[in-house]
Amino acid sequence: MKYLNRKAGTLAIAILSASLLSACGSSSNDNANETDTVSYDITVTNLTSNQPLSPLFAQLHSSEYSAWKIGSAASENLEILAEGGDNSALLNAQSSYVYSAVSGVGAIGPGVGGMLSIEADVNSEMSSDLKLTLISMLVNTNDAFVGKTGMDLSSLAVGQTVKYTLPTYDSGTEANSELAGTIPGPADGGEGFNMARDDVDYVARHPGVVGVDQGYSESVLNSTHGFDSPTAVLTITRTE
Amino acid sequence: MKTKFLLSILPLSLASAMAFSQSIDVQVTNLTHGMHFTPVLVSAHDSNTHLFSSGQAATAALQTMAEGGNTAALIAASADSVVNTDNIAAGLLAPSASSPVTAIETGANTHLSIVAMMLPTNDGFIGLDGWKIPTEAGSYTILLNSYDAGTEVNDEIVDTVNGGAEDGIPAAPGMNAGTGASGVTDMESNQTVHIHRGNTGDTSLTAGISDVDSRIHRWLNPVAKVVVTVK
Repeated sequence: MKYLNRKAGTLAIAILSASLLSACGSSSNDNANETDTVSYDITVTNLTSNQPLSPLFAQLHSSEYSAWKIGSAASENLEILAEGGDNSALLNAQSSYVYSAVSGVGAIGPGVGGMLSIEADVNSEMSSDLKLTLISMLVNTNDAFVGKTGMDLSSLAVGQTVKYTLPTYDSGTEANSELAGTIPGPADGGEGFNMARDDVDYVARHPGVVGVDQGYSESVLNSTHGFDSPTAVLTITRTE
Repeated sequence: MKTKFLLSILPLSLASAMAFSQSIDVQVTNLTHGMHFTPVLVSAHDSNTHLFSSGQAATAALQTMAEGGNTAALIAASADSVVNTDNIAAGLLAPSASSPVTAIETGANTHLSIVAMMLPTNDGFIGLDGWKIPTEAGSYTILLNSYDAGTEVNDEIVDTVNGGAEDGIPAAPGMNAGTGASGVTDMESNQTVHIHRGNTGDTSLTAGISDVDSRIHRWLNPVAKVVVTVK
């Protein structure tokens, strides 16, 4: 169970950036300095055959922030999540563009839906450019993660729900060797994060896994660990 | 919006005669982890034109593109009214790379198609077939799937000597493919354009059934992202 984020239980609260703490509780947005609380219930359903998802990780942020970009190297914080399912580094990262971050509790098995809530206090300028990022590792892989960054929430009214199907990305930080000792999930119980980068060093869509049943005899994976796109369904409901 | 309103109240024949040229920006991103795209062709044309059609046999021009990456025959086969913008990435579009944002004047053309071969494959290509260009200004994102031209067996044998003129994969630009493969198959059961089943690959660089690497040269759809900005 190395891929579980042991801190998740205590950190499963929204972390507000310090600059926002001074102006809570207003119900009016007439003044740009006044803030309202927005909150969202998030459900992620695991669509895979045999890829548990690491504890969900979500952020509310502005369009200035992106958790990754196709063709660019992954941040070390993302690498730590993608290789080991550990979202604590992302959870603790400070950015003036990230208003709150939250982790779910526990892994999400295939066919299971995981839930978490996230909230932030935002002024009118922030709410007009409000984005959500969601990330989770497919733990029976070297460095695959499911997610989406920069989902627009600015026009989602209280009570409304929006739904996304989520693709799978490859962080590009660890070769997809599928060898014993390299995969943190139950298929292997191997290593999670390793700071060495022995792959292409850019984020792209994941090519899928191979596995022993497709002739890769050294692989610790088998046909049950295969996946196609999408790997999860995400629903976001604004509750406040 | 004023133009749209005027057109809607004109008789159809008059409206089409007054069709206006649109200025659009097109950017293509290779979403894959390990597949290269050959020179990307962006074609603006009318609603009846297709560079390829799923479920129908590939034209000889499409076959040339899909098996060897050469877009010249597709361009030569175009009607005079078609606006072809070829090679927008100035050569190969590497895995995860984006083409420059490319400005296109569509003329009287209303639809957009995009093709490029995927390497290393036998006859796999990225495809956008006749996407209607919106009249409303804005940014539009389209995700493209990979197609199989159905014209060549997917033996997955790299054959740089013949450059794709014969059966075989003409090149593996990542320089991470093998040699000495016996061939995955000698059958092409669907000889029409269809969704590509993906590379099989193996992990031997000197033998095995395939010259492509199953850990590197595979993909899941979609394989490309196109952002069209209508100005």
